[in-house]
Amino acid sequence: METILLLMHTEADGSLAKSAREALHAAATLHKSLTGSRLVVGLVGENVQAAANSIASCPAVKYFGVGGEDFSQSRYASDAAAAEAICKASGAAIVVSPATSRFARCLAGVAQRLGGRADTHVTGIAEADGKISINRWYYRQRMEAVLTRTQRPWFILIDPGSQPACQCGSGTASVENVVVQLSDACKRTTVVGLREPVADVQTIRPEAALLFVAGAGWTKKQADGQTHLPEAEKHILDFLKLTRASLGSSKSLVDQSGEGQAVLSFLSHLNQVGQTGSTPRHPRGLATCCHGEEPHTVGWRFIAERRAINLDPNCGWARGKADVLYVTDAFAVMAKVNELLAANRGA
Amino acid sequence: MSIAYQIVVCAGIVPDPLQTLEPVAASTGPALKNEMMLPAVLDPWASHALYEAANLAKNALGSKVWLVSLGPKAKLQQVMMTVAQKVPFELVALDGSASGFTDATETAAALADAIAAIPGLDKSRLLVFGGWESASRGAGATMQIVGERLGIVDQFQSVDELKVTTDGSLEILERIEGGKHQVSKCAGAPALLGWATGNLPEPKNNPQVGMVNMRTVMPALQKAKSTKLAGEGLTFDSVTQPKQLRETKIVRDKSPDDIAQEIVEWIKK
Repeated sequence: METILLLMHTEADGSLAKSAREALHAAATLHKSLTGSRLVVGLVGENVQAAANSIASCPAVKYFGVGGEDFSQSRYASDAAAAEAICKASGAAIVVSPATSRFARCLAGVAQRLGGRADTHVTGIAEADGKISINRWYYRQRMEAVLTRTQRPWFILIDPGSQPACQCGSGTASVENVVVQLSDACKRTTVVGLREPVADVQTIRPEAALLFVAGAGWTKKQADGQTHLPEAEKHILDFLKLTRASLGSSKSLVDQSGEGQAVLSFLSHLNQVGQTGSTPRHPRGLATCCHGEEPHTVGWRFIAERRAINLDPNCGWARGKADVLYVTDAFAVMAKVNELLAANRGA
Repeated sequence: MSIAYQIVVCAGIVPDPLQTLEPVAASTGPALKNEMMLPAVLDPWASHALYEAANLAKNALGSKVWLVSLGPKAKLQQVMMTVAQKVPFELVALDGSASGFTDATETAAALADAIAAIPGLDKSRLLVFGGWESASRGAGATMQIVGERLGIVDQFQSVDELKVTTDGSLEILERIEGGKHQVSKCAGAPALLGWATGNLPEPKNNPQVGMVNMRTVMPALQKAKSTKLAGEGLTFDSVTQPKQLRETKIVRDKSPDDIAQEIVEWIKK
């Protein structure tokens, strides 16, 4: 009988993030299809009881928890120690976790400690004839593999946004406390805080329904032979404010700042999508003034509905990659879009 | 307080991101079509790690940078011709597969053994750098396992900034969800940092640096240890490219006002 451990951490307020419930969905689905398996839950955080209660109606037969102030922080040494202890206590052969920044930082290391293996950015788990296989992407989302492993424990980190979130309800869960004594060597690092742009300047919104991708074309000379950076900034920021969309950027646009060229002031490497950036998941995406060929377009590999505005009808970003390509001037269109959105809001 | 760090950068090589990549089935498992013919580059995030390492070494007197790389010897030599002109380092080369389909644990074991074998390695001054993920496997696993094998439990991933404070502690910014950074303070070396993009631009080629580096690069390549990555316990059932093409509806004859109206309706849908 294989034990499937769903390993999660709590958020700062003691709740579970959506990505945790997505991992729960994946683990519960695997448990249902893997005959004779049992599902257990492991939780790490300052106080894990509320999180356990929030999913108490899930098919897990046991809950393990590592709690306390030492485990409130997202820190490699303490997270790895907690995860290792829960894995040992549960005897899990399969460990399913959300690929959050916190657990993506440490679970491959924990797999190493336990003589197992870890696969990250997993987008699917399947079972056939008792054999478990996973889907993950290689070469920056340019090819998808289905693979299996014989080593156990096998850590499977589920990419956020790749699974539906489990809707199981709350109740009262009995959590077995797993005691972890941290040595001084595990406390050499302290999390001192978070740094984020002020609310209006924060342009990365993972939960947004729309990804707006800005390309280098916004900074190029327009029909009048001049660049129009202030207007470009205004159009983009107004659109983000009106729609609460998330902002992505092509590499060429972000890189311009490193080369001393004029850039949009609110962009950073964190906005970059594509080959060396992120591949966010949103229901819709609107690409504007983006140029480039296939390797760059992986930035919106996981965008369901895609539209693009571009003056070049043959642009590699759009043709064959977008559902609709508007061959027109993005400045004119976005100005009107913002006007309509503002009018709708006021109505 | 200035500490003379020993900075070891783990950096793989990957196909130039602009190349078209196609998976094929080889006798040893999945591979890329014409893999040995594809021009290679130093992995982009690992490159940032190297630039950050060089910058730190420049500012911390007596520090030294090693570059540990696992790849086919001929490919490593090709890549080093460019990389060696960027910043000063000493190469530790391992001759083996740089494929993304190799197992992170096996790759990490080879890298960790190579690091541990560096003469005069002093863990109290050791900083292990690398890319937080690669452009090939993209798992973010290798560096963690290297750290575990070296006994380093102060690990940071997706790092964008490292500052050495006056008391010798390290202040580190890691990317987390939602475009934020987590700020951590670490007592000091040893530590492992998997870099994201950092803040430094790519250094310009410096032929003088290149000449100095090449004195150690060529001997390192000649004595590169043959490294076999067996992929034990790992089986690929399939590797496929996704359906690339969508039926794109091209709209050329509408006014900006009409297009704007259409986009607003689509957004609100």
